[in-house]
Amino acid sequence: MSTVVVDPVTRIEGHLRLEVETDASGFIQRASSVGTMLRGIEVIMRDRDPRDAWAITQRICGVCTSSHAITSVRAVEDALQYPIPENARIIRNLINGAQFVHDHVVHFYHLHALDWVDIVSALDADPAVTAELQRCISPQRTEDISIAYFADVQQRLKNFVESGQLGIFNNGYWGHPEYKLPPELNLLAFAHYLEALAWQRSVARLHAVFGGKNPHPNFAVGGSPSAISTFEGATRIDGEGLGLVADIIAEMRRFIDQVYVPDTLAIARFYKDWFTKGEGVGNFLTFGDFPLTSPGAPDRLIDGENLFIPRGVILNRDLSVVHPLDLDDPEQVRELVSHSWYDYGAGKDAALHPFDGETTPNYTGPQPPFNTLDVDGSYSWVKSPRWRGKAVEVGPLAHVLMLYATGHEATRDLVNSALSELKVPIDALYSTMGRTAARALESKLLADEMSGWYDQLRTNISNGDIRTHNNALFDPSTWPAQARGIGFLEAPRGALGHWVVIEDGKIANYQAVVPTTWNAGPRTTDAQGNEVSGPFEASLLGHQLFDPEQPIEILRTIHSFDPCMGCAVHLVDPDGEELLQVDVL
Amino acid sequence: MPSKETFEEHLRRQGVSRRSFLKFCALTASGLALPTGAAKVIADTLATVPRPTVIWLSSQECTGCSETVLRSFEPSVESLILSEISLDYHNTLMAPSGTAAEDARRQAIAAGGHVLVVDGSVTRRDDGAWSIIGGEATIDIVRESAMDAALIIAIGNCAAYGGLPNAAPNPSDAVGVDELIASGELATAAPLINVPGCPPIPEVITGVIVHFLAFGVPELDHLLRPTVYYGQTVHDSCTRLPYFDAQLFAESFDDEGARQGYCLLNLGCRGPLTFNACSTRRWNGGTSFPMHSGHGCLGCSEPGFWDRAGGFYTPPF
Repeated sequence: MSTVVVDPVTRIEGHLRLEVETDASGFIQRASSVGTMLRGIEVIMRDRDPRDAWAITQRICGVCTSSHAITSVRAVEDALQYPIPENARIIRNLINGAQFVHDHVVHFYHLHALDWVDIVSALDADPAVTAELQRCISPQRTEDISIAYFADVQQRLKNFVESGQLGIFNNGYWGHPEYKLPPELNLLAFAHYLEALAWQRSVARLHAVFGGKNPHPNFAVGGSPSAISTFEGATRIDGEGLGLVADIIAEMRRFIDQVYVPDTLAIARFYKDWFTKGEGVGNFLTFGDFPLTSPGAPDRLIDGENLFIPRGVILNRDLSVVHPLDLDDPEQVRELVSHSWYDYGAGKDAALHPFDGETTPNYTGPQPPFNTLDVDGSYSWVKSPRWRGKAVEVGPLAHVLMLYATGHEATRDLVNSALSELKVPIDALYSTMGRTAARALESKLLADEMSGWYDQLRTNISNGDIRTHNNALFDPSTWPAQARGIGFLEAPRGALGHWVVIEDGKIANYQAVVPTTWNAGPRTTDAQGNEVSGPFEASLLGHQLFDPEQPIEILRTIHSFDPCMGCAVHLVDPDGEELLQVDVL
Repeated sequence: MPSKETFEEHLRRQGVSRRSFLKFCALTASGLALPTGAAKVIADTLATVPRPTVIWLSSQECTGCSETVLRSFEPSVESLILSEISLDYHNTLMAPSGTAAEDARRQAIAAGGHVLVVDGSVTRRDDGAWSIIGGEATIDIVRESAMDAALIIAIGNCAAYGGLPNAAPNPSDAVGVDELIASGELATAAPLINVPGCPPIPEVITGVIVHFLAFGVPELDHLLRPTVYYGQTVHDSCTRLPYFDAQLFAESFDDEGARQGYCLLNLGCRGPLTFNACSTRRWNGGTSFPMHSGHGCLGCSEPGFWDRAGGFYTPPF
């Protein structure tokens, strides 16, 4: 056995370390996923105005920049039984939809692509063949398809490489035998790497229209703080601003249909072996999202009805049964710290529902600098959430499987046609490349839905309903002395929940269980004494490393989850006395 | 870049004409605002010379400051990283991981003279174990990378002032770069520029880098912010300013006043006390800024904004 350490894992959000043990042939026998950064955001939340919570939790992650904010306002609204106007519901769906589509494209081209695409090899491409390839995989595309265009991109790359300063591409694993794409496809992908940079900059403007800026657009408890103009120019949400939103949605759909999805399928064809590895745990969970109607009393959003992505749990790849999920049930969603740098009052092996959660950081790792961690003890700042004791995967694959399992027609058609184009069975989804493909497919599903949501918003406005915010309960003096609520959302990386306890108008307790915590958390032990690995750790088992110094195989699978470590290592539960313990640590 | 050579000499030695150099200078100088087309000139000018090495260190951050750079319209990020700078270390974008990534950083700082960008606050808790990269505490990596740097830019409120991690009760004992230098915990001869904001406006970040390359450190205010971007409050150029002057205020987010663009002061807007370029430069290629889209200013370019009395919805005065 030898230990291979990958730290930092780059091209992700935040700080992740992996320690894997390989046998003599380079096969991974055990993997340990380590979150290496902690800020203590939820400790900071204590005693603050719950109406401010969206802004603070938003800073858990600047990539999924709207995810925590929306979840937070939902949690406070749930606690106060605070209804929001129909237009606010739609605006939030548009913002979250745009977040998915934006994030997934940036993930694919700028974070994940270099695991599959050898940039240097693109120098050997024949631009004429690249142009032909482009026409072949995306016949509907009409711009940036000429031979001259690809020759120009190649020349730009050549100048860059010849400058001798490779910048972010320096020390990449170029020429690694695991790179399988022909030079022409590498050139196509590099051209789209650059195009996607321009595209993402443009489509992020949707957030700026409603939220004033991106990253970190603004939100408000009680609806959307973006009043619709009564005359052109009064606010950004006027005829021109809404027209811009329509244009951006069209621009998103065009890029997804003509570039992202075709590129994903084209690249996947050369890596079919990656449809059979990197599965993970085979269990999938969604909290659900994109409410299609506005709940009113006594219905609550938390009931989980009428969501575009349904809520539930799939176990052992069995798509015939979707297990119901209750976020309020103390037996279901629980977090463990058996191998995390925290203590629990009831002992390291306790499992706590977020409403009862506690956090006492206790760093027991080696003093830095260090070479390896003791992975039999505590080894991560990430906790381990479990559903009824089981490790589950969250994220795009879970979303697509949930839609597929519940019979969503557009999803079934899209997935089936992609699988048949690639000539792989449905089981191929349970893999590294399956996860990557699911991300592209759900981008299409959401971008298409966004057009319909936008039309609804325009129809409401045309019919004279321009309400975006309900002021009725904004003043804390209208609130009960005690309230608690749950906010949930599907982020691009999966299920996200916030649990808030409000006392006398202030935050008494705030808990967040976030997507990458589900996926990246360290191993736990179940009631029978068996080791339960989370998705990251389980997915790496059996991978063979060609060259431990260039662990591209590990990066492929871990990147297929799109880790967001800032989310994973926020810190929970400022519960009374624990705060003091935090301070003296 | 050799330190004794001026930027112009350096460019001319590389065969760049004086004319294009002057054009570049004029645009950069006026610009600070980098008008449309400036990026091309800068690219044309810098494309043929060794690009300055930039090391971007991510400490206790949310990646919002990296994301914001991706949103820069002029210059664009693709022009920036391919033509204007050599971004030799940036965890979110760089190709290699692990040892190869850390090797890239060490190679890049070996010669010195690089620009060090720090993003995120720096924790001192448990010997720095609350933020570790490659088995090393971030505070030590900052020390190592700052030693021979030509310039340090603290990007975002966290790196500049400690930001959210530093907010009460500061569980991780986090501070910004300025405080590390002031307390003697970070030794460096390099000048420090703070580019605060949560996140900063992308063109402000790229503009500061380009300004430094052309002219050196820009004029800074008492908080080490470039006055060209942080010399005015966001209130001074707000679209809602005429309503403030007329004392017409929105009282809720969706009342008739809000819809007509009235001043958001009574909804907590911190604009009159916040120095930044949001209402002049605007966000996302000029698309909007917070008040124009209906929400007050949080004051995110000011130290301690997370701990402001009364929270974000209490009028500042």
